[in-house]
Amino acid sequence: MSKIHVTTTVNGDTVEFLADPRETLLDCLRDKLGLTGSKEGCGTGDCGACSVTVDGVLVSSCLVLGVEAQGKSVTTIEGMDKDGELHPLQRHFVEKAALQCGFCTPGFLVAAKALLDKNPDPTETEVRYWLAGNLCRCTGYDKIVRAVMDAAAEMRG
Amino acid sequence: MRYHTPATFADAATIAASAQGVTRFLAGGTDVLVQLRAGSVLPDDLIDLKHIPEVHSITRTADGGWRIGVAVSGASLGANKDLVADWPGVVEGMELVGSTQVQGRATLTGNLCNGSPAADSVPGLIAAGATVTVTGPSGTRDVAVQDIPKGPGKTNLKAGEVISALTLPARGKNAGDAYLRFIPRTEMDIAVVGVAVSLRLDGDKVAEARVALGAVAPTVLLSDACAKAIVGTTLDAKALDALGAAASGECNPISDKRGTKEFRIEVAGVLARRAAKIAYDRAKGAKA
Ligand SMILES: Cc1cc2nc3c(=O)[nH]c(=O)nc-3n(C[C@H](O)[C@H](O)[C@H](O)COP(=O)(O)OP(=O)(O)OC[C@H]3O[C@@H](n4cnc5c(N)ncnc54)[C@H](O)[C@@H]3O)c2cc1C
Ligand code: FES
Ligand code: FES
Repeated sequence: MSKIHVTTTVNGDTVEFLADPRETLLDCLRDKLGLTGSKEGCGTGDCGACSVTVDGVLVSSCLVLGVEAQGKSVTTIEGMDKDGELHPLQRHFVEKAALQCGFCTPGFLVAAKALLDKNPDPTETEVRYWLAGNLCRCTGYDKIVRAVMDAAAEMRG
Repeated sequence: MRYHTPATFADAATIAASAQGVTRFLAGGTDVLVQLRAGSVLPDDLIDLKHIPEVHSITRTADGGWRIGVAVSGASLGANKDLVADWPGVVEGMELVGSTQVQGRATLTGNLCNGSPAADSVPGLIAAGATVTVTGPSGTRDVAVQDIPKGPGKTNLKAGEVISALTLPARGKNAGDAYLRFIPRTEMDIAVVGVAVSLRLDGDKVAEARVALGAVAPTVLLSDACAKAIVGTTLDAKALDALGAAASGECNPISDKRGTKEFRIEVAGVLARRAAKIAYDRAKGAKA
């Protein structure tokens, strides 16, 4: 099986890798680039644990092929803090105990940031619908939704 | 698996026509990748359509309709305010597909060509009278959307044929459309029944109507009986009863874990009535 050479941008850095065309972007991020923040919960688009943005659009990286990333700009959870300083969403997740095992957390954070980039002042209903494709088996969602609402309020200042 | 990135639809059709094994086109990949990973469909040739110019654009046609590129995602469709104003029912059908993450990738054409009888955007497209342009080894032809599905997972496209664009007709005045589906949850589930209605009014009377029913037969149905039940009426209680009965009468559903045959027949009638009322109100100027 011949591999394809892919050049792409991840969190602002140009990176290159060789991908079998069947490999997903999630596999490439985790196994070739060592970016293991994005998780594989299901591999079928149902759980959102693998959420990343590609050219600013929120997607499940388990449903994108690595070779499709050629020439694109990808952001992952690893690009969220600023030189070690947590993003307000990350801080509010910690402060409000919006995580337990943490497996779903990177996906929730990436998805929530994509929402706030588009809509800095969402209603609770908008937050719940936006995050409907992110599953959490531990927290019961309320603390997650509250953390997103509080982070949004802080970011609006 | 060979991965191809043709720059034209003619090239895509040529690659598909000469391919020997399993071939799939790649639009948003939200069906193709799930099937690939499940091992149910392992393509020998995967033809990515997203390197073809124009596939990401939504444009007005000369007659006031819309031409939608085959890689336009549900999210971009919903972001086009003029399109939403013209065809709210088509857009709301597509926006019900999957999560925000799925919306970032999933396309109308992929939803159609995947061939699911429960595909959420297909009833709206059929009710709207949408057509697709099909490019094959021997040129292009236009086909009505209702003539594409053949049965669960199957289309009437021939080997080497690819859909190169989707066209919605001009909406015109005093008209509206709507799509409703029933699922046991509020988000992220497959339609048990879906109904789309598109109609045009002359005063208070329905002058034209198209009604499409999803998930109640092996393919999405365009129902003449439903249209007949409401054309010429003001959509009064009697007309709505006739529409509900006609919709239930068209159903040839299966029973599965999401709903029994009897339940689907009943719900098709209920949703047809409700969708018709929404389409009627929109034709009267109500905003989606
Ligand atoms: C988590 C999840 C939830 C979902 N929820 C829903 C839902 O609620 N309702 C629903 O209806 N669907 C749902 N789906 C299914 C899927 O998202 C839709 O069917 C989607 O619209 C498919 O579009 P796509 O662009 O991703 O198609 P792809 O996966 O790229 O392609 C699908 C099929 O269409 C063919 N194809 C694509 N483009 C063309 C073309 N131009 N010409 C010819 N053939 C073509 C491909 O060969 C393939 O067989 C869901 C999927 C996931 C993963
Ligand atoms: S791992 Fe991608 S959505 Fe679950
Ligand atoms: S914190 Fe465990 S799955 Fe969400």
